[in-house]
Amino acid sequence: MKTGLAASLEAVTRVRGVRGAMVVSSEEGLVVAEASMEGIDGAAVAALMAGVVVRLSRAIEAAGRMRPAFVHLQAERGALLAVPAAGDLLVVAVTDADVNVGLVRLELRRAAEQLA
Amino acid sequence: MRVIEPWVGAPLEKFLAESSARLVLLTTSSGQVVAQHGFTRALDVMSSAALGAAIMASTQELGRLTASGASRAVSHPGQTRGLFLSAFDLPQGRWIGLVVYDRDSSLGLVQLFFGRLVQELKAAAPQVAPARDVLAADFEDELNASLRSLFGR
Repeated sequence: MKTGLAASLEAVTRVRGVRGAMVVSSEEGLVVAEASMEGIDGAAVAALMAGVVVRLSRAIEAAGRMRPAFVHLQAERGALLAVPAAGDLLVVAVTDADVNVGLVRLELRRAAEQLA
Repeated sequence: MRVIEPWVGAPLEKFLAESSARLVLLTTSSGQVVAQHGFTRALDVMSSAALGAAIMASTQELGRLTASGASRAVSHPGQTRGLFLSAFDLPQGRWIGLVVYDRDSSLGLVQLFFGRLVQELKAAAPQVAPARDVLAADFEDELNASLRSLFGR
């Protein structure tokens, strides 16, 4: 039987075009849990994505706004999507370029809520 | 940044730029300093090198005693600064890297780019010269020369 965290990540990876999902400690840049990350260097994605989100958060906070609720990094052949969760956690998805971003965001938010 | 071995310079400079580490110390497993960045006092370098070598030796022995395997890395996340300590093998022997990072970086970033630094050092490392006897006089001369290289005086 899957734990709640693993089940939440699997719900994210069931969306067509999602290549993998993970929970990341944003302060340390380390993988907490991951699902379907075949062919992806999860440790590298976790470290770099956490670094990007932490810096983005500082920039947004310095501009007088709240912390980001959703981060979408769009690249030529895919995207990285992240939603902050409780504590210093992030739920991250690695996707193909033609993924349904809205649906992935919904599943990422559900996963983040389960971490609260 | 100061280096004793010139071929260490480029990979270490790249590591510093990518990881945003505050302090870096590369030593041999016996604590002899090979390169340093961010330290301002020779005493701090020598103490850190000796402590780093002792910690790695202790954790490796602890790993052996508990049958959990030899420890290759130790990390200590502090309130404002974190410390990462890792041993790696080169043709020159086992070296130790000590990295101190703050909130501009993270343990994950330091681990990621330290792994790449080790790969680049392995690729850049020259063939090892045959071992020669070390005389006490040579040792002191070499120690003084190393300190001059590391602190420019």
